[in-house]
Amino acid sequence: MKLLRQRETLLALVILASIAVIATRFPAFVTPHNLANVFNDTSPLILLAIGQMIVILTKCIDLSVAANLALTGMVAALMNGAGVPLPLILLTVVALGAVLGAVNGLLVWKVGIPSIVVTLGTMTIYRGVIFLMTDGKWVNAHEMTDAFKALPRHVILGLPVMGWVAIAMILIFAVVLTRTALGRAFYAVGGNPHAAVYAGIDVGRTQFWAFVISGALAGLTGYLWVARYAVAYVDVAGGFELDVVAACVIGGIAIAGGAGSIWGALLGALFLGVIKNALPVVGISPFWQMAISGTAIVLAVAFNAAQSRPKGRIILREASQ
Amino acid sequence: MSIWKKALATAAVATALMTTTAAAENVKIALVVKALGIGFFEAAAKGAEEAAKELGDVEIIYTGPTDTTAEGQIEVINSLIAQGVNAIAVSANDKDALVPTLQKAMERGITVISWDSGVAAEGRMMHLNPSSNALIGNTIIKLAADHLPEGGDVAILSASATATNQNIWIEEAKKVLPNYPGINLVATVYGDDLADKSYREAQGLMATYPNLKAIIAPTTVGILAASQAVTDAGKIGEINVTGLGLPSEMAGAVASGATKSFAIWNPIDLGYAATMISYNLVKGNAKAEPGAEIGMGRMGAAKLDDGNEAAMSDPFTYDSSNIDQFKSIF
Repeated sequence: MKLLRQRETLLALVILASIAVIATRFPAFVTPHNLANVFNDTSPLILLAIGQMIVILTKCIDLSVAANLALTGMVAALMNGAGVPLPLILLTVVALGAVLGAVNGLLVWKVGIPSIVVTLGTMTIYRGVIFLMTDGKWVNAHEMTDAFKALPRHVILGLPVMGWVAIAMILIFAVVLTRTALGRAFYAVGGNPHAAVYAGIDVGRTQFWAFVISGALAGLTGYLWVARYAVAYVDVAGGFELDVVAACVIGGIAIAGGAGSIWGALLGALFLGVIKNALPVVGISPFWQMAISGTAIVLAVAFNAAQSRPKGRIILREASQ
Repeated sequence: MSIWKKALATAAVATALMTTTAAAENVKIALVVKALGIGFFEAAAKGAEEAAKELGDVEIIYTGPTDTTAEGQIEVINSLIAQGVNAIAVSANDKDALVPTLQKAMERGITVISWDSGVAAEGRMMHLNPSSNALIGNTIIKLAADHLPEGGDVAILSASATATNQNIWIEEAKKVLPNYPGINLVATVYGDDLADKSYREAQGLMATYPNLKAIIAPTTVGILAASQAVTDAGKIGEINVTGLGLPSEMAGAVASGATKSFAIWNPIDLGYAATMISYNLVKGNAKAEPGAEIGMGRMGAAKLDDGNEAAMSDPFTYDSSNIDQFKSIF
């Protein structure tokens, strides 16, 4: 745990250092207003990273989050067009997202298919469903009501609601993961599935709940995304699932499960968010932008691997002597 | 993504197989677009269907990848070759990447033309530009300049950095810049036709250039995202977003004032004309060679230049006075 905490402090320092470097080239980046904007812009990534992190803790992976987001977002936009009141839309998207997550969870739990295969399949199915629902048509800004678009961008204490939603979810899941039986079960299942069974934890059921949480968060994000960008179509958030996994990996969530903290996921998402928002203002060629993001991911993973390696080796050496 | 693509391709093959037995005599024209689910191309498909109805013995296969990649289009074109279509009319995601596949198609006797976004000359028989590139380049600058009598800083938000058509238009736009004194092009950025990346790039432009007066986005995704970003930043009236957009998608931005005017050619006409040209080439009514005139039905005739390229018509400008009339059409 001490090691983990160090890694997170280090990541926080890296983020601060990159913000400082950006500030030397573009001072306006560090104004409180702009930093609030960056945090707000990163909120969807944070929300999805929380869900993804829980799934990864249980030794699974959820590649369908972005497709889930796109599908629930489209449903939200269509419901809005049909005149459904906003609170009902919010309830529906969260419930629908949870159901889509439960489909993944059931296939992993009851049918025993590896999660990467399940979610690879549902990812394409969910995108396909949007296409079937809309025939590929877009829902545009003028087809959405003002109230629908206004909620995520309503500013409270300098930060839009979307940012506050992310903060609320971080706090809620920080408590869930550290103070509840289910939260500890996520760690137990990923850390040592056999020991978890002996401790009376149902591994499959725990993984199922991880997928439900991830799905519900994706559903909520679906509404926020569509309302914020004021457009819904099949390809919304295309490829975003990889950003989400990258945020978790950078945040030090062990891809083999059982280790990682919500603060890691948050910092991983913020790191990517800062880079994404800084590159356009620093004026770097688009051809370099992807290379820079990619390099950051590889460096983070290499660092994580280097940090966890000596521990195992020392034990082996002692055992052989 | 690729499973979805394969499923689509399989579905396309299945449909084609079923229809072949039904009407073996029909001329099969495949309209390959940059990506399915983009309003502009859906409208073009409508035009193609209109042409098919007019001609009678034509069957349209409207297809494309689900994201704007050249690899996706190559897969789709390969399956079309296997189906034995008579003509392929493609709007390319990459100028050069499609050439080998399209050459293979031409070797099998398939008529290949490109429209909207072109393929290099050796990969097609002719290319139909929606309008002349010089005219489009001039139009996008003029749209910004018309609302900037005093001049000022403008920036371009394009699609991907490799998009053939956008790059040509931007090049043409830069050529005519000296004709607009006071208009100062400060940056060209790329939103990759993704709503969130375009939005972020637009925010970046506003942050980097405090004196920015206009954002020119010659892409339907970019113009929409930029007008949303300007609206959210509370800079309506300060920064005018203009470029190329669809009336149905831009109605909100024009109503809010984020966009004062924008231009586009009629995508229905474009799909219609591409189909008519493909049909005439398949039937041998015309030959694709410099100087030739190929009939486009109600759109008149396309006159090929030395590079076997033709222009359909002038871009049309939309603003608050006429958008309501067109927003339900395309």
